[in-house]
Amino acid sequence: MLEAIRVIEGKAAPLKLDNVDTDQIIPAEFLKILSKKGLGRYCFYRWRYNEDGSLKRDFILNDPRYSDASILIAGRNFGIGSSRENAVWALQDLGIRCVIAPSFGDIFYVNSIKNMLLCIKLPEEEVKMLQELAERETLVLKIDLEKNTIEFKDNIIRFEMNNVVRERFLQGLDEIELTLKNHIERIKKYEENMPGFMIPKPRRFVPY
Amino acid sequence: MAGRSIFDKIWEIHTVYEKEDGETLLYVDRHLTHEVTSPMAFEGLREKNRRVRRPDLTFAVTDHNVPTTDRLKPIRDELSAKQIAALERNTRDFGITLFDLYSPYQGIVHVIGPELGLTIPGITLVCGDSHTSTHGALGALAFGIGTSEGEHVLATQTLWLKKPRKMLITLDGKLSEGVTAKDVILWIIRNIGTGGGIGYIVEYDGEAIRRMNVEERMTLCNMAIEGGARTAIISPDEQVFNYVKGRPYAPADDEWGEALEYWKKIVSDPDAEYHKIIRFSVNKLEPQVTWGTNPAMTLGVSEEIPDPKDFDDPDERHAIERALDYMGLRPGTKITDIGVDVVFIGSCTNGRLTDLLDAARVALGRKVMHNVRAFVVPGSQLTKRTAERLGLHRIFIDAGFEWRNPGCSMCIAMNEDRLKPGERSASTSNRNFENRQGPGGRTHLVSPLMAAAAAVYGRFVDVRELDLPSREEVLEHAGGY
Repeated sequence: MLEAIRVIEGKAAPLKLDNVDTDQIIPAEFLKILSKKGLGRYCFYRWRYNEDGSLKRDFILNDPRYSDASILIAGRNFGIGSSRENAVWALQDLGIRCVIAPSFGDIFYVNSIKNMLLCIKLPEEEVKMLQELAERETLVLKIDLEKNTIEFKDNIIRFEMNNVVRERFLQGLDEIELTLKNHIERIKKYEENMPGFMIPKPRRFVPY
Repeated sequence: MAGRSIFDKIWEIHTVYEKEDGETLLYVDRHLTHEVTSPMAFEGLREKNRRVRRPDLTFAVTDHNVPTTDRLKPIRDELSAKQIAALERNTRDFGITLFDLYSPYQGIVHVIGPELGLTIPGITLVCGDSHTSTHGALGALAFGIGTSEGEHVLATQTLWLKKPRKMLITLDGKLSEGVTAKDVILWIIRNIGTGGGIGYIVEYDGEAIRRMNVEERMTLCNMAIEGGARTAIISPDEQVFNYVKGRPYAPADDEWGEALEYWKKIVSDPDAEYHKIIRFSVNKLEPQVTWGTNPAMTLGVSEEIPDPKDFDDPDERHAIERALDYMGLRPGTKITDIGVDVVFIGSCTNGRLTDLLDAARVALGRKVMHNVRAFVVPGSQLTKRTAERLGLHRIFIDAGFEWRNPGCSMCIAMNEDRLKPGERSASTSNRNFENRQGPGGRTHLVSPLMAAAAAVYGRFVDVRELDLPSREEVLEHAGGY
C-alpha cells in the first residue's frame, strides 16, 4: 500500500520542452533492470550524461540550482510514447513528486497516479509563467490536494483534478485489494455469463 | 436513441461495475504479456501472496529482448537473459502459457495475437505495451497499460478505466500505387500532432479502410498511439472474419457460428455519435518520410526539410532546430537527397507477411547498395515460416538483405540490433525518438516499400517512380519451395 499524500511542497525546475517521450525519461536499455528502485541515475540518461559519464552542462536538471527540485514544470504532451512504468519509477527515484504540464500522455498519466506521482494539468499560459519564474529565481510551490491549489509567494493558482484521482492520493489505497474486496462477486457473476467462444482453446497446429 | 459505436457496445458489454463518477471496472478477455513490462507485476503478486485469476485468458511471449540471430546460441546479454528467465519462471509458477524463444508461435506480441486467433473481434484485450492498439484492427477493444495496471489485471481480470472520448477518422478515396497504410498513418499523425489524440479512442472507417487487408489495418491502428490516442478500433467485416477463421486459438465448430453472430452485432451503427470527426481523402497522398525526432515530424517524399526561420512560434522553432541538430540535417535538403546506412524491415508496425511481400516487390531482382546494412526481421515464427514456404526469403537473401529470427529488434534496440552513433536508418518501425534505435542513431520512419528502395539506392527514392511487380507477381516468381 502506498502512503496518502495531502500536500506536496518543494522546489520547482523548468523543463521547457514539448513532447518529452518516455524513451527520453528512461532509455530502453535500462528496462532490463528487475527493480523499481535505483532507477533515478538513469532518468533522462542521454540528456544528463556525456558518453564518458560526465554531466552535460546544458541540461536543466544538471544545474545545481535545481539539484534538490521535487516538482517538474514541463511542456505539452509530457510522457508520450512507450507505456514503460519505469519512467515513473525513475522520476520518483530522482526525487520528483509532482509534474505540472499542459498535457500528458494518457498511459504515463495513469501510471503516475498508480504510483502516487502527482500530475497536474494547467493551462499553457500558467505553465509558462511558472517556468519563467522558476528560471529567474528559486521557486517553491506548495500543492494542496484538499484545496486543489498551488501556492507560491503571495499567489494561488487553482487546478482541476478528477475526484477519483484526488481520493486516491488522499487515501493511498491498495487498488487490487479494494477491487477484490468490493467487486469479486460481480466479477464471478460476469464470468458465469461469459459465452464459451470468448475463452481461447488451442484447437489445431497451424500446418506449414 | 442515438446509435452506438463499436467502442460503446464493447465497453457496455464488458462493464462489471460503473461508479457514479464514471470510473468503470471493465472485464478483460485477453491479457497478453512479455518479458520487459511484466516482472514487477508478478513480483507484486508474490509479495501479497496473490494468484493469477485467469491463467487461461493470459498469454506470454518473449519478444522485446530476444536476439534475432541464431537461437541455438546462448543469449550474450546477461540482463536480457535474466529477464527472459524471469518470464519463464513467472509463467511456470502462475500457470500461464508461454511462447518461448523456441516455440513455433513465438513472435512480437502484437503480431502473434491476431495470427494465433487469440485476438478476435468484440473482446477486450490489454498488454503492457503502448502498441496494443494494433489489435483494434480486428474490432477488439485493446488498451496498452502500465505494470501496475497489469498487476491489477493479473489479480482480478479487470481494469479500472475512465471512458475515453470518441474520435472518428474517415478515410475516403483510393491509395495511389506505391502508397501504403504506413504512409496514411504517418500523414494522419503529421496532421493531428503527437498529442492530437490524447484522451480519445480513434475509430477508423471509410472506403480506403475497407479496401485495406487486415494486416494493413493493423499498421494503421498500431501507430494511433503515436498521435496520442488511447487506442484505435475498426468495425470488423467479412475480411476480418475470414482472417480469423481457422486460426489456432480462434472459435471453431459450434462456437464459430455463435461468435460470428455476436461479431456482426457489435459493429458501429451508421448513426453512432462521436465527440470529434475528421475526414481525409487519401487520393493524392504520396509516400511519407519522417525527418525529425517524433512521428509528427513527417514530410511527403517530394518535400524539403523545413527551415526553423519560417516558423513564428518560438517553441516550434526551437523544437525544429533541436530535431535538425540531432538528425544532422540542413533546412532545404530534399528528402530524396538523404542517404542511409542501415535499413530495418520489421516490428509490430510492419513485420507481417503483407509488409514482407511489399519489401520483396522492391528487392526482387535488385541488390542492396554496397555501403548499406539491410535486414529483414519477420514479426513472428509463423510469418517467417510462411514467407519461407512462399520463397520470399530467397528474394531477400539474393538481394543482400539479412534474413533474421523474429523479435522487436531494432525498433526498440534492446538486443544487439542497434544503430551506431551518427548512423542513419530507414526503418519500418514506429518511433523516431532520439536514441530509440541506439545511442546517437538517426531514424527515418517509412513504409516497407520505401525502406527496401532506400536499401537498394542508398538514399530515399520515390517508390512511385520505380517499376515494381505486383504482390501476386512476386509470389508467382518466388514459386515456393
